[in-house]
Amino acid sequence: MRIKVHVNGEWKTADVWPGTSLLFVLREHFGLAGAKNACEQGECGSCSVWLDGTLVCACLVLAAQAHEREVRTVESLAGEDRLHPVQEAFLASGAVQCGFCTPGLVVAVADLLAHHPSPDEAEVREALSGNLCRCTGYAKILDAVRLASARTRGGSR
Amino acid sequence: MSLRTVPRTLAGVGESVRRIDGVPKVKGAFSFGSDLWAEGMLWGHTVRSPHPHARIRSIDVSQALATSGVRAVLVAGDVPGRKTFGLEFADQPVLASDRVRYAGEPVAILAAVDPETARRAAARIAVDYEVLPAVTDMARALAPAAPRVHEFGNVLRHIRIVHGNPEASVDVWVEGYYETGMQDQAMLGPEAGMAIPAEDGGVDLYVATQWLHADRQQVAPCLALPHEKVRLHLAGVGGAFGAREDVSMHIHACLLALRTRRPVRMVYGREESFFGHVHRHPSRIWMRHGAARDGTLVCVRARILVDGGAYASSSSAVIGNASTFAAGPYEVPNALIEGTCVYTNNPPCGAMRGFGAVQVCVGYEAQMDKLARALGQDPVELRRRNALASGSVLVTGQVLQGSAPVREVMARCAALPMPADDRRATGDCLRYPGGAGNVSRGEALRRGIGFAVGWKNIAYSEGFDDASEAVVRLVGAPSGVRAEVYTAAAEVGQGIHTLLAQIVRTELGVETVVVHPPDTGVGSAGSSSASRQTMMSGGAVQLACVGVREGLFARARRHLEGEGVPLRGELRIEAGWIHAGSAPVAPIERFLGEPIEATRVYHHRPTTPLDATGRGDPHVAFAFAAQRAVVDVDTELGLVRVVQIATAQDVGRALNPQGVFGQIEGGTAQGLGLALMEEVRLEEGIIKNASFTDYLIPTILDMPPVEATLVEEPEPGVPFGAKGVGEPSTVVSTAAIVAALRHATGRQLNRVPIRPDDLIGLAPPVATSGPPPAPEVPGPAPIPKYHGLAAGQQEIMGS
Repeated sequence: MRIKVHVNGEWKTADVWPGTSLLFVLREHFGLAGAKNACEQGECGSCSVWLDGTLVCACLVLAAQAHEREVRTVESLAGEDRLHPVQEAFLASGAVQCGFCTPGLVVAVADLLAHHPSPDEAEVREALSGNLCRCTGYAKILDAVRLASARTRGGSR
Repeated sequence: MSLRTVPRTLAGVGESVRRIDGVPKVKGAFSFGSDLWAEGMLWGHTVRSPHPHARIRSIDVSQALATSGVRAVLVAGDVPGRKTFGLEFADQPVLASDRVRYAGEPVAILAAVDPETARRAAARIAVDYEVLPAVTDMARALAPAAPRVHEFGNVLRHIRIVHGNPEASVDVWVEGYYETGMQDQAMLGPEAGMAIPAEDGGVDLYVATQWLHADRQQVAPCLALPHEKVRLHLAGVGGAFGAREDVSMHIHACLLALRTRRPVRMVYGREESFFGHVHRHPSRIWMRHGAARDGTLVCVRARILVDGGAYASSSSAVIGNASTFAAGPYEVPNALIEGTCVYTNNPPCGAMRGFGAVQVCVGYEAQMDKLARALGQDPVELRRRNALASGSVLVTGQVLQGSAPVREVMARCAALPMPADDRRATGDCLRYPGGAGNVSRGEALRRGIGFAVGWKNIAYSEGFDDASEAVVRLVGAPSGVRAEVYTAAAEVGQGIHTLLAQIVRTELGVETVVVHPPDTGVGSAGSSSASRQTMMSGGAVQLACVGVREGLFARARRHLEGEGVPLRGELRIEAGWIHAGSAPVAPIERFLGEPIEATRVYHHRPTTPLDATGRGDPHVAFAFAAQRAVVDVDTELGLVRVVQIATAQDVGRALNPQGVFGQIEGGTAQGLGLALMEEVRLEEGIIKNASFTDYLIPTILDMPPVEATLVEEPEPGVPFGAKGVGEPSTVVSTAAIVAALRHATGRQLNRVPIRPDDLIGLAPPVATSGPPPAPEVPGPAPIPKYHGLAAGQQEIMGS
């Protein structure tokens, strides 16, 4: 079947098998490999993207469900020559190790801070409880959220 | 992958430098093994045995082969070269021919134009199995009547360490029996790579791995190709933790690529990943500790049984570690330690962070607490009294030569501030054990505190010369001087490439360092395992920098003295200039008309194998860590909240402090997982929880704050005095958490992971009828060695 998706500001089309996930289409048809394939059953959050502005696991969305809808991925966050404040905070805080969970976490944190600019720690933990990281033990991810939150609110980079 | 360029002004050794691969990683632009793509590529797929033990009567691939979109289907008979592979012993078939020995063993592979076609075609491969009796219990594997996993029997290795007089008399004995479950590395990036057939008849394999050269050594013979025609390149690695030491899809992808003459990508899904890599050995541990009335350890007796599963992997080294670390970081004059690893029809076990040292730490630290109770002593004081120090004699007779600040890590850990008791003050049910899943008002909460100390070897042991090669090149260019590093050291997330760049900046004083993507075009760097790359590849890069510097100074002397400029005092580099004594004499780019290059190999000090009584000098160096865990247990619901982990770790010297803390926090999380939730559950050899829905790893809600402090006592004779930092926290944290749970509940809790039923007394402690018999073996070496199966990694260094 043929689908048409508005991805990161651009209409893209693909011819897919009906069982194809949005994750597969993004990665294999549209060349957007930022959303990762760690569990492909909605447990790890590595494939987090926005579907019409709502945070979803792309592995749990059928490609067909994204037909004529808007998808934003991690690739949409950085500008030409500057990183998104969340990306910058992940680097500064040492929240990146192997980096496989990172794009999903960056998207989830950006989503959290967009809705809730100064979450307390319990709120951060709850918001990120669907994103698994095997390397960091999450401490530096919490640091990164605090830093991104402070910098976003302070209006500085 | 592209070159990584890092312009920095300082960013040398000792600084918390940002990762050199950080920007692409946060942008989602970093190319992992599963992200690789090539024009015209095919998708590889593996057909695996559903039975733990069976004879293969026949395999019919005709229907699969006839499926539209399928380009190749291969079985054992299609393997052109050696039929078996293995990290230490080539006992594992590339594809099973007559017999499968574990559920999940590959029997056929195919390549198709898309993954769905591949999956459907795989379902049309008909394998006729004659199911055989399986041995899936590690103790039963030692019984004479047990089914034989391999023709030569079920013992993989048996070690017997006799130290002093194990019959020595003591004032107090304490005994214990402990079990640890099978843990999965659960790295988020699945096994993945792409094989591309080359015009010379060879193949290029881009793969997420820990040791390119050990992979090639196993891959090339199976393809019947010379090593130089099998070129391995590191694809982005989404975590490793030991799971990528063994070959997974490597040979299969190459076979399919060579057969189809098309690029072939293979990516395991999460379920397949549980079958596609080795796990942490489950263990059964019997221990007796004897002490004098004053608390001095007099004797340790231990019998350790671990389940190696169907193939050897790195099991022989794991049981070597478990045995030699079984007495803990304590001086003990008398010991008898017997370690046995058996083959079973369970999935193979091998390397995972901590590598044999984790399991025994659960045992010896429980014993130390028991001993403290029996003697009426403070458990930390008892440990301090018996702690190893530099100069101590270990149970193998090895004299501990390097730094061993065991008392220091204990004191520093114990002095860290305790967490506030916020259980009821906040009234926030999320602070109760179980979080939102807790249905109580916290009436039955009990707080417990546990303390543990652990130790781990750095680099490979028992006579292994796991050297590392590095090439450093200093290049003058219009844009400025840059240094280039060529190494095969695998960046698996731990930060070794960032660290190598830091070392180059410190040694050569240049701002811009390019670390080239690793491949087999340079010599082996050894594995990104065993907390060894900081020392080994860090050491090789440092030596190569010294070589470059010597070349530069020789050139400078020739030029300047030829011009009649006298050079007084020692030459050194500072901020891009050569200085003679304290005087700057010339910028270095003046002498870089031609680049200067140096290749160096770093060897650690030699070690020796164990002899028949377990004597030897097996380990290169040691790192220690102490942890204190504070837990809250809901003693009615069996739920746990780990409130705080406080830890002090012996790191020699922190070369990138932020990275060091990240390793400690992440390693602690994996130890917490083994203590509380992580176990690959097997029923008759079949994995029952091969998914992240059923195999739980710690989430951000499970992890407490980790208050870490570093003990920096440089290791003599190693680059910058730095010890590897990846493993000690994983070794010790399971034991610390379990100790805290025992303290909170008063229960025995002798098996990890601990379940709610254990905490509320619904499940009895695990029991045993006694230690298993010691098997009769020809000696302490791994049994496959006596049968000529050695395919050692060691050969890499000699070849």
